[in-house]
Amino acid sequence: MKTTIFSLAALSLMGILVFGAGIAISDSDRRYYQEDDDDDRWERMMRRSTGVAVKSSPTYKEECGSCHMAYPPGLLPSSSWRRIMGGLADHFGDNAELDEQMTQQISNFLISNAADKSRYRRSRQMTAAIHPSTGLAPMRISENPYFKHEHDEISVRVIKQSGATSLSHCNACHQRAEQGSFNEHEIWIKGLGRWDD
Amino acid sequence: MNVRLISLTLLAFVLNIAIANDEVIPGNAENGRLLWTLETTVKGDVRSCSTCHTADPRQPGKHTRTGKPIKPLSPSINPASLTDLKKINKWFHRNCKWTLGRVCTAQEKADVLAFLRSN
Ligand code: HEC
Ligand code: HEC
Ligand code: HEC
Repeated sequence: MKTTIFSLAALSLMGILVFGAGIAISDSDRRYYQEDDDDDRWERMMRRSTGVAVKSSPTYKEECGSCHMAYPPGLLPSSSWRRIMGGLADHFGDNAELDEQMTQQISNFLISNAADKSRYRRSRQMTAAIHPSTGLAPMRISENPYFKHEHDEISVRVIKQSGATSLSHCNACHQRAEQGSFNEHEIWIKGLGRWDD
Repeated sequence: MNVRLISLTLLAFVLNIAIANDEVIPGNAENGRLLWTLETTVKGDVRSCSTCHTADPRQPGKHTRTGKPIKPLSPSINPASLTDLKKINKWFHRNCKWTLGRVCTAQEKADVLAFLRSN
């Protein structure tokens, strides 16, 4: 009788140990693989995403978001940002001058998050326009060949209807453009509604 | 003697700075209103402050090129407006150059501020 109780106790103790260790092992395994998997998924997500990285700052929004939406930096290669920041006194016909210190601060932000520094597919596609010898690309997003290709079906009538004065005003159609999101399901155009291809 | 001269020079210097500051110059709201609606032709475009801000500072404006809404500049409607001297100066610099083809004088800025604040 006593021995049975003893061996039962011993068995259950062993069971707990083995089972517990099992949990411990599978748990650490899972965590290990999960990390891997997440990296992978992250990489795949960036490559498949129809958007660009979410990068902003209150300063950037204040200084570059008062006349139009603050464009996510992943939409242009660094050489284009450099040219834009070097000519703010004649900014596409407007005056967007900033003092030297602020110009420097915003340039650094834009250049370090530019399309050529990003692994997002849409950013990579924007960099295809970089000229191999000069390193230059169109200064405007809306003049980039990849952008033009994506928007070649959109008529002047639709642009007018959207309330935008030109295709430069991404957020007239892409409801989450400022967050770098250009998913087709988030396109909503005034007078037209959702965009169905 | 020398000390008095130095302190007088210093006093004049400080006074000058105070006078050069837009906030200290008394502005003339009527002159401000005239400047606000003055039409100037720059690069073949007829431009005025009211092109983007409308003639009435209590009304919301709209950027003429991008269509982005601009909040009313009148502090009685939009208490956040005209509260940050750095921001005011930045926009005076840009908007005078774009609209009038030149920077505004301290007197002109004071006049415009008086006009905007009286509305
Ligand atoms: C004073 C108003 C103003 C400010 C401030 C301003 N912009 Fe602009 N921006 C414009 C106008 C006007 C256009 C031309 C829009 C058009 O053609 O419809 C433009 C166009 C652009 C474009 C090209 C959009 C396209 O067609 O692809 C980029 C990029 C841009 N701005 C970036 C910036 C950055 C970066 C800053 C901050 C340093 C900034 N802007 C600040 C007025 C402004
Ligand atoms: C007048 C509306 C309109 C404006 C303004 C506009 N777009 Fe688009 N955009 C569209 C439509 C519609 C599509 C989908 C085109 C299609 O189905 O082939 C699209 C597609 C895209 C895509 C591809 C998305 C995907 O699913 O692969 C990107 C990226 C994009 N736009 C970026 C921009 C940026 C950046 C701006 C501003 C510089 C902008 N768009 C301005 C309507 C607009
Ligand atoms: C092309 C469009 C445009 C024109 C023309 C224009 N402005 Fe502006 N102005 C703006 C925008 C955009 C802002 C920023 C509003 C904001 O940030 O809410 C602004 C802001 C200002 C501010 C700062 C407001 C604050 O709260 O600090 C002042 C002052 C100002 N403008 C004065 C003028 C004067 C004076 C003129 C004419 C000489 C003028 N503006 C013409 C677009 C314009």
